Amino acid sequence: MSRVMVVGVARYLGARLARLLAEDPKVDHVIGVDVVPPSADLGPVDFVEADITTSAINSAIARSRPDVVVHMNILATRADAGGRVPQKEINVIGTMQLLAACQRSETVRKLVVKSSTAVYGASPSAPALAAEDMVQNAAVRRGYEKDASEVEAYVRGFTRRRPDVDVTILRFVNVLGPAIRTVLSEYFVLPVVPVVFGHDPRFQLIHEEDCLDSLRLATIESRPGIFNVAGDGFLVLSQALARAGRVPLPLPTLGSPVVRGMLRQAGIADMDSVQTRFLTYGRGVDTTRMREHLGFVPRFSTVDAFDAFVEARARGGFLDRERVAAADQLLRSVLGLNGLPDRASGDERGGVTR
Amino acid sequence: MTSMFDFFGGDMARRAESVLDFARRRLTGEFTVDPFGFDEELTENVLLPALRPLYRNWFRVDVRGIENVPADDAALVVANHSGTVPVDSLMTQLAVHDEHPAHRHLRALGATLVFQLPVISDLARKSGSTLACNEDVEKLLSSGELVGVWPEGFKGVGKPYSERYRLQRFGRGGFVAAALRSRAPIVPCSIVGAEEIYPMIASADFLARLLRLPYLPITPTFPWLGPLGLVPLPSKWTIEFGEPIPTDEYPDGAADDPMVIFELTDQVRDTIQQTLNRLLDGRGNPFF
Repeated sequence: MSRVMVVGVARYLGARLARLLAEDPKVDHVIGVDVVPPSADLGPVDFVEADITTSAINSAIARSRPDVVVHMNILATRADAGGRVPQKEINVIGTMQLLAACQRSETVRKLVVKSSTAVYGASPSAPALAAEDMVQNAAVRRGYEKDASEVEAYVRGFTRRRPDVDVTILRFVNVLGPAIRTVLSEYFVLPVVPVVFGHDPRFQLIHEEDCLDSLRLATIESRPGIFNVAGDGFLVLSQALARAGRVPLPLPTLGSPVVRGMLRQAGIADMDSVQTRFLTYGRGVDTTRMREHLGFVPRFSTVDAFDAFVEARARGGFLDRERVAAADQLLRSVLGLNGLPDRASGDERGGVTR
Repeated sequence: MTSMFDFFGGDMARRAESVLDFARRRLTGEFTVDPFGFDEELTENVLLPALRPLYRNWFRVDVRGIENVPADDAALVVANHSGTVPVDSLMTQLAVHDEHPAHRHLRALGATLVFQLPVISDLARKSGSTLACNEDVEKLLSSGELVGVWPEGFKGVGKPYSERYRLQRFGRGGFVAAALRSRAPIVPCSIVGAEEIYPMIASADFLARLLRLPYLPITPTFPWLGPLGLVPLPSKWTIEFGEPIPTDEYPDGAADDPMVIFELTDQVRDTIQQTLNRLLDGRGNPFF
């Protein structure tokens, strides 16, 4: 009964979502679009090669006549696009072309956009929890944050011009999990991780499976609106590094050319000012609307998502859990603490103070 | 099994064990922070104990009216701000935690500057502080937290010694609007003693502008004595919590009525000023 077009299937999440939708009984047909053929096997998904930054996307939509268009082609890292200029081209011009084609189409009745909580920026003057209607001072944004804000502005314009089309914007926090590769995942597998001295940013994560499930929900059900999507709970950077057994290297800033050069040498996709600010001030988003109106409950909390990532990708660090446990055991046996009777775990806390 | 602790007794062994447990949890990241970055375990075990000597032995804080702080409901504690370096908010946090039978954590509100500075911003969030903005206050109050606000801000902490115990303007009354919206009572809190810790005789305005700070204090000891000038003078402190001012008797929409906000702001301010005057009259030497 429905034909879904997924734009951006050459990348990990796009390819996974296209396959997931193709297997769903509520979806008849899935068309995958990207500028290059996907490396992953798309199974029953029809692949259409089209450049989103040109009018080729218009003819692709006119030919395949989808009911639902899922826009997965907003790139967070410039390395993925091959530089900041093509990144902006793909994000902004690509979205404009896609929206122009959707506006022209007679078949499209729903649009789902994978956006990012980067639209809120990261700053010391931000409230602890950003709600969906709290996007402000867009003038200070740069790079990807600016792209994401502009993309959403174009999408809002589209909503006004085609009120008959349901539009869902999902603003995701950083996606992490066993398989996905992002700037953040590559950052956490460094043996020594550069951090900003004196700042311990808070952040939320969404597990890659939850990310896909929420996109599938938005594609299949009718849930128009803007939603923050994040797993429960928070992590602070120092805590995440401890869980991954990584050694932090505090630096005065991550934004200096020297540090950026170092990070590039180490093989991380280069950090731009957007990531630098995120790793300095952190960010939190309110997920009340996700629960109450989108009707989505993530299976994995922020900590679960991070631990799943650690289990798959970041074991064996210098401060690995097992090493810490071994050192702890050794200290205990040296101090002769092993013979003590077990106590209720309740009075462990606060025991140090009093 | 014999152990070195047999000599000292089991208490010390337990102590060592809980220190080890704590260290292990820290090294493996097995703790939780709330959405505001509050790390309760770290606060209880490291941050508050580090401040306790200052609270007990240096300022010898005398706390009155702690029963005016509710045991488990939301409330907004509003206090005067002074002392050049905002130590008073830390001491109030400790006063509430240590003297209140429920050992509540006072969630302090800080200026943007606090969250820009390295180390300070980190410690502030971990000890439960957050940015003084309506969204955060309302979120904390609606989840039943005890929130502390110092509405004079830098005007209060950075005022010259000659203006001690004279309350500055109470911001724009944003804290009152937040309390009204959440229907949380306002607990006026008067702090005596903090004005004397770093008596500011002048401000190096030029340098302050250069460093983008609201003021750069010159005290009888700073910068003349170098790092030694950073040691606060050992004044004797009194923190008095006044009777809660209810906000649930106002009609709906009172939070959007500027007149109600102004009146309530003045009421809170007057209460604190009068309490300060009374406490000052009853106080002899500020240092004993």
